[in-house]
Amino acid sequence: MNAALIPTVEVSEDFRTRAHQALGDAQLRNNFRNAMDSLMSKRAASFSDAHEREHLRALGNAVRARALSKLPDLLEQLEANLTRNGVTVHWAETVEEANAIVLSIIRRREATQVIKGKSMVSEEMEMNHVLAAQGIECLESDMGEFIVQLDHEKPSHIIMPAIHKNASQVASLFHEKLGVEYTKDVDQLIQIGRRVLREKFFEADIGVSGVNFAVAETGTLLLVENEGNGRMSTTVPPVHIAVTGIEKVVENLRDVVPLLSLLTRSALGQPITTYVNMISGPRKADELDGPEEVHLVLLDNGRSQAFADSELRQTLNCIRCGACMNHCPVYTRIGGHTYGEVYPGPIGKIITPHMVGLAKVPDHPSASSLCGACGEVCPVKIPIPALLRRLREENVKAPDSPHPVMRGQGSKYSRQERFIWNAWAKLHSSPTLYRLFTFAATRLRALVPNNVGPWTQNHSAPKPAARSLHDLAREHLAKQGAR
Amino acid sequence: MSAKQNILGKLRHSLTGTTPVPDNFDEALVTQIYTYPPEQRIAQLRKLMEAVHTEIHLTRGAEWPALLAQLLQKRELPSLLIAPTTEHGRRITEHWSNHPQLPQLKAYDRPVEEWKAELFNDTPASLTTTLGAIAATGSLILWPTREEPRLMSLVPPVHFALLKASEIYDNFYQVQQQFAWAQGMPTNALLVSGPSKTADIEQVLAYGAHGPKDLVVLILEDQ
Ligand code: SF4
Repeated sequence: MNAALIPTVEVSEDFRTRAHQALGDAQLRNNFRNAMDSLMSKRAASFSDAHEREHLRALGNAVRARALSKLPDLLEQLEANLTRNGVTVHWAETVEEANAIVLSIIRRREATQVIKGKSMVSEEMEMNHVLAAQGIECLESDMGEFIVQLDHEKPSHIIMPAIHKNASQVASLFHEKLGVEYTKDVDQLIQIGRRVLREKFFEADIGVSGVNFAVAETGTLLLVENEGNGRMSTTVPPVHIAVTGIEKVVENLRDVVPLLSLLTRSALGQPITTYVNMISGPRKADELDGPEEVHLVLLDNGRSQAFADSELRQTLNCIRCGACMNHCPVYTRIGGHTYGEVYPGPIGKIITPHMVGLAKVPDHPSASSLCGACGEVCPVKIPIPALLRRLREENVKAPDSPHPVMRGQGSKYSRQERFIWNAWAKLHSSPTLYRLFTFAATRLRALVPNNVGPWTQNHSAPKPAARSLHDLAREHLAKQGAR
Repeated sequence: MSAKQNILGKLRHSLTGTTPVPDNFDEALVTQIYTYPPEQRIAQLRKLMEAVHTEIHLTRGAEWPALLAQLLQKRELPSLLIAPTTEHGRRITEHWSNHPQLPQLKAYDRPVEEWKAELFNDTPASLTTTLGAIAATGSLILWPTREEPRLMSLVPPVHFALLKASEIYDNFYQVQQQFAWAQGMPTNALLVSGPSKTADIEQVLAYGAHGPKDLVVLILEDQ
């Protein structure tokens, strides 16, 4: 089995096409609906005290906001403390730089096998793909990620990567790719995964992981997980490379207490995960196990762009709990793959434009009904709907507008649309024009075509009323006056 | 310019003229509702740990080695990995020397590289101590040491853990403060809240993903 050597399939077509395809896939919609319903009710049950929940969210927000307000200093403090503890810290502005750092460590160690715990940042880097191209096997060890990699797919959810598949689909996959007997029994399927991956943990030269919180005060990398693959990946191989975004740092160790509670309850409805793994250094001279080398790669990849704008900066509060996608009516219907990028759902819509540029994901900010559910559940109170509206604005700004906020902005700018809005604004700020307009609209209402673009796909055509509200009001007042 | 300078430069530039957000950490929020009367701590811990399939036994300082031996035999485990130089390791060795028929004892007394295959393929169970536990979340606190290395509580499929009742604390915040964790962390510190599990296939909970399939906690009521 050498799944990692085959790169994953690229998702083709554009967002709209993919959305249509996904909406037509009853199995997929069913899988997502069931999973999201259960995740939502688990979360709700674990936050049974609304008062506590709201105070904790406020604290979570304050902790993250404080960390971001001193981000450069905290990053330096983190580096100093980690270095003192024996961890090597690397900085990368781009995913290419981050991959080069990882590759150089692999080369120096003459490594050929890499085992990976769950890491969304490594997905940003497309690390599996990059390493495979160099003939290095990079195998996912989180059960969900393992399944997804085996099928040459990408994760469809940041916490539950294989949530788009049901047990029979996994059963066929294991049967086909691993040559095991077909079984739909989840326990047996997990035991198959355990057997295969234990061997890989044993053989791996390098373990790669993400980081949930990096504590500046102590120089500690904190990882949460239920399976134990994170502990395996960070403890068994002789080298551990952690990759993370520059925003993941918190100031104090105590700051992780509320964040941890918010994270596991929002994500899975659990009071805590099975393992909370706090790593502060490599194996000491007299210790009998643990990695000889620990590296931390701090990746920017567009985060400093979001950071530059005080409103968009709030995007970086995110602790990657996935609650926003679990509660998103759009995500639940179209699934994670439709977004075509690493981070799906509401968080994906607000973070991806900074990573790949708005021009590459022009439909992201508008693929939302702005129902507000994401903002309501976000444990660190990111105003996601407000940020989506902001990105919509950036998306239609004239390309030559001064002080560009983000890469690829104005990708949906259209002179025609801008002209219409300008005219619309004029119309509504001049009483004479407005009266003229309503006069014409009410008289010519029969001329509205039955087909007005996307609107009439799902709605009846908007027909102006026979008389304007102004008109009716005037008449009403006149009658009252007469009485 | 290096990547580090570029990144820090951009971040600093974006913060020009701003002041840091004050630290208004309200510790009551993470302690108040997570504080228990001493006599309820065991029950609270038990409730949460048993809910995630942890096996819990109440025992006493004088009796636990015999109970451990019994549990091993009941599970038909052929051997047990111990940390021979620790206090509890010595207690086990002593008990075992008086009872010759018990499962074999293995010592984690050399670097993992020297016996990795045996650890992975032929070590069905281990016993470690704990630094205590956290009632609020149902978690054991483990600080692996030279004597009791990291992999002891991870690789063997059955993990036995010793816990003194007097060392069950209320919440994570209290533990951090009381033991001044921020002053110095070990290379690896862990909270373990049950046997390894996953719900990655169809949200169906399955135990024994990558770590221990069974976690058995022996609570010493008199210690
Ligand atoms: S944006 Fe909020 S809800 Fe969504 S993943 Fe991030 S922290 Fe969770």
